[in-house]
Amino acid sequence: MSEHLQNTITRIQARYQVEVEEFRGDYTVFIEPEKIQTFMLELRDQLDFNICMDITAVDYYPQETPRFHVIYLLYSMPHNVRLQVRTRIDGNNPKLDTVQGIYSSANWKEREVYDLFGIYFTGHPDLRRMVMPEDWVGHPLRKDYPLGYEEVQFSFNFDEIMINKPHPKD
Amino acid sequence: MTDIREVSVDELRHLVSDRAMSGETMLLNMGPQHPSTHGVLRLLLELDGEVVVNVIPDIGFLHTGVEKTAESKNYQQAEVMTDRLDYLNPMGNNLTYCLAVEKLTELDVPPRAQAIRVILAELQRISSHLLWLGTSALDLGAMSMFLYCMRERELVLNIFELVSGQRMMTTFIRPGGLWRDVPVEFETTVRDFLKAMPRRIQEYDDLLEKNEIFLDRTKGIGILTKEDCFQYGLSGPVIRGSGVAHDLRKKQPYSGYDLYDFDIPTHPEGDVYARYRVRVEEMTQSLRIIEQGLNKLPYGPVRSNNRKYVPPPRSEIGVSMEALIHHFKLWTEGFTPPTGHVYAATESPRGELGVYMESDGTAKPYRVHLVTPTFANLQAVPVMSRKHYIADLIGIVGSIDIVLGDADR
Repeated sequence: MSEHLQNTITRIQARYQVEVEEFRGDYTVFIEPEKIQTFMLELRDQLDFNICMDITAVDYYPQETPRFHVIYLLYSMPHNVRLQVRTRIDGNNPKLDTVQGIYSSANWKEREVYDLFGIYFTGHPDLRRMVMPEDWVGHPLRKDYPLGYEEVQFSFNFDEIMINKPHPKD
Repeated sequence: MTDIREVSVDELRHLVSDRAMSGETMLLNMGPQHPSTHGVLRLLLELDGEVVVNVIPDIGFLHTGVEKTAESKNYQQAEVMTDRLDYLNPMGNNLTYCLAVEKLTELDVPPRAQAIRVILAELQRISSHLLWLGTSALDLGAMSMFLYCMRERELVLNIFELVSGQRMMTTFIRPGGLWRDVPVEFETTVRDFLKAMPRRIQEYDDLLEKNEIFLDRTKGIGILTKEDCFQYGLSGPVIRGSGVAHDLRKKQPYSGYDLYDFDIPTHPEGDVYARYRVRVEEMTQSLRIIEQGLNKLPYGPVRSNNRKYVPPPRSEIGVSMEALIHHFKLWTEGFTPPTGHVYAATESPRGELGVYMESDGTAKPYRVHLVTPTFANLQAVPVMSRKHYIADLIGIVGSIDIVLGDADR
């Protein structure tokens, strides 16, 4: 582990209630969703993580609650280290504060997470769908969203398949 | 889906200035079917006469749901979709995906496979930059560039056809190594290409460097500062054209890039011309890397010997029961990596291409997320194009080298 990453982790562990995980040399920090804005601001301004490479989410439905993990992939250009910040969000009315004001790149990436997972980012200036059509129903990357394979309908099983056709839940 | 939803101007109120509401500035739609958008990019422009006040990019016309589909395929099958992602860089996409799988499973890659991977990735970079040079010069009126660049790109595609049987969607790089070893003609073909290329690059320089129209339309246009680059998370030639010497091949070397001697071209101006210079100089550096790779190409296997993840060679299947079982298990069930999540990134011709992969211990990835450079770079178009003429917008959109398959995924 590089020196800067070591310092960062000791420093944030002293100030926040965080869990730290290591897997294959990548470090992940879990933070509570309420503190995400202050936490990111500190990472950017005082700990030199000046680039937010990506924001994404993972859905652990149905085996885990809270259901979603939102993942921030940060990169520090001066120190050449990466850090993953994760936060757990409840599946019932999922909401998270936006970090768009801290990293401009978060604008589209949060829109994409909203589009594909249905997680609302409060304070986001332009929360519209990013890649799916505007009138799309449902959020495709959720695990309870059907993949969309359909059995071929013939005249003998037409009605049976029609009844069982999966429809996206909102 | 029978109703066509109409969008009223009110819904866009938060995106445009107040002047648009009073009719002082004009809202104009550009794309998605427009030759200079290099695919299906829609730009909603707010114009004051011919001057761009604001640009609102709209993407998603090429969204194919790769991430969702990958969750239902096993690890070998999901790789095939990465070819279709950034269709100008299939080798690089395969490489990134394989690096993620290899990091997850801790697979070793033999040195010969590493060297061939680097050679192919660099050939791909040259072909991608050639297509970029041709099309964006075409946008700015230099028609003949397009024909010359396509001519040279053909040579690279022929090499890919030689090694993998495919010109574009190769899937040649596999987890644990390569699909197969390269044929004997590979070395001479690549050396012929290396011999021809420097003179051709000189030709492009001669065509564009003294072309006054090209210079007028690129110098001082679409300036991006270093701070903008960091804020928007940009990478690749865009950030190097703003004077930041950031290249993952040097900073976080993968596939043995640390064994090669090459430079990172940077230009401090941050305009369209700087980005053009960076890409042209990168082609020369790629040629250097390929030459070094060929000179020290080691002999040996091109696939890992770890039978739990990599299928055994055909010759073994007939004589070894173990090999037959492994072969059967790998092609029916696939392999099961340990539980965990990894992020692997490479330097694609457009910037940082990353794969975030999460495994739950089954044969299918639990989540695959593709961190693509075009998605990030496209977000900076409004910053670059404000207060420029609409004609310059074409050059700016061209200069970030957009591939919509990469942005929409």
